[in-house]
Amino acid sequence: MITLGEVQETNKMIREMNLDVRTITMGISLMDCAHSDLQVFNRNIYDKITRLAEKLVKTGEDLERQFGIPIINKRVSVTPISIAAGGLKTDSYVPVAEMLEKAAKEIGVNFIGGFSALVHKGFTEGDRKLIESIPEALSVTERICASVNIGSSRSGINMDAVKLMGGIVKKTAELTADRDSAGCSKLVIFCNAVEDNPFMAGAFHGVGEPECVINVGVSGPGVVKRALEEVKTSDFETLCETIKRTAFKVTRVGQLVAQETSKRLGVPFGIVDLSLAPTPEIGDSIAEIFQVMGLEEAGAPGTTAALAILNDNVKKGGVMASSYVGGLSGAFIPVSEDHGMIQAVQKGALTLEKLEAMTCVCSVGLDMIAIPGDTSAATISGIIADEAAIGMVNNKTTAVRIIPVIGKGVGEIAEFGGLLGYAPVMPVNGFSCASFIDRGGRIPAPIHSFKN
Amino acid sequence: MKGIITVLGKDKVGIIAKVCTYLAEQNVNILDISQTIIQGYFNMMMIVDITAPAKSFEALIEDLQKLGAELGVEIKLQHEDIFNTMHRI
Repeated sequence: MITLGEVQETNKMIREMNLDVRTITMGISLMDCAHSDLQVFNRNIYDKITRLAEKLVKTGEDLERQFGIPIINKRVSVTPISIAAGGLKTDSYVPVAEMLEKAAKEIGVNFIGGFSALVHKGFTEGDRKLIESIPEALSVTERICASVNIGSSRSGINMDAVKLMGGIVKKTAELTADRDSAGCSKLVIFCNAVEDNPFMAGAFHGVGEPECVINVGVSGPGVVKRALEEVKTSDFETLCETIKRTAFKVTRVGQLVAQETSKRLGVPFGIVDLSLAPTPEIGDSIAEIFQVMGLEEAGAPGTTAALAILNDNVKKGGVMASSYVGGLSGAFIPVSEDHGMIQAVQKGALTLEKLEAMTCVCSVGLDMIAIPGDTSAATISGIIADEAAIGMVNNKTTAVRIIPVIGKGVGEIAEFGGLLGYAPVMPVNGFSCASFIDRGGRIPAPIHSFKN
Repeated sequence: MKGIITVLGKDKVGIIAKVCTYLAEQNVNILDISQTIIQGYFNMMMIVDITAPAKSFEALIEDLQKLGAELGVEIKLQHEDIFNTMHRI
């Protein structure tokens, strides 16, 4: 029998500690929408998305009420457009982005991910056209998220793509300069991208995925923080145990919502992503967890170790709570979306270099970082190459979502609005890497990639 | 199918009576009640049978919310699954 104590604990976690389900993402394959005519292709994708995701938002809202748990985002991810639109006879994929936007509006989701290309080993014609369409596509739409996978542990790093993406990021920033270059907040450059990630802006529906699938991302830095406050002076064993137990409970809620959504929509359940995704709200911050662990600010010596502990124990606790775990799973460390991280940057405790070191043990990478608008495309490519190398060598997913804020310099604030938050512009190492990036070609895969 | 009702707020006369009367009207059977008052704050949990209520689950949730607003307390009805999944392996 359920006890009063248990009910109170759950409701306290929801009410006071920001426990929620962060996102239900419906993955939709657009493979069968392929056509050489733009109008036919666009009609196919619009019809398919609006048909399959018609009841997604409504179902999410129903579950929210029934269980009394907030479900923050309902979103859609689709087959990377460079693949689905490979046969299209057109020079620009911007009209496709506009059609995806229209479909997203129709079904009421705030983001649709999959304006993507996978070029870790090389480009197809479609990949090139898609990448070149990204800046304009992100400037004329609001809900489209783009991503490009430029490297993997098996294939190495496509340095031509790295070079190209530096320029694409810069151009996207310029085209959205009136909005503090917010277009770049919807563009992720991956190494080892995963196919079932429910979190934007990097979500897409991989080619190994089924026709349609429900993936759920859980969250809850607030819950972990409060649990840790209660064992503030304990040793590391207790610290780890507390994170594990909390992650278990949080993930169970995600699993329940995932199963129930899948049942109601008649769509298979894919994975639960065991993540701690912060929000700009006070109390829902990864940086505040570091402080409870005993660090003065995020970025202080010990931060990488603290993040490693957090990440590992979230996974250990979460894995048993869900039948299928996937996505990125771990703690996200975006700057603009995390109140405590923003403060740490403003106080000078957290630098770009420390963030890079932290990405060796976090779930993704350099995320939502504002840099000066006059940073060169080559420097951005250099940052992407560094981050991709960390992912490639360590067999993990890494990503770069960086925003050169046109017209702003170090210390100024860039506002992205809503969930994307705001960020102080951070200094970037000014020494040039242009000749290194100009080499082009591909960095071969590391020796430990040969596992056959 | 079971639902969990929680009532939280400043104590006053008639909270249990009003909630129970409403549930009886809606053909919702009460299976268990536990209640405490801590420093003047009323804290109640009910386990109810929602197999055959007169209204839909969503409508019950809304009605109870409104009833709570009238009484000056917070009333929540949630499906039992969230507690079972979270606290039972």
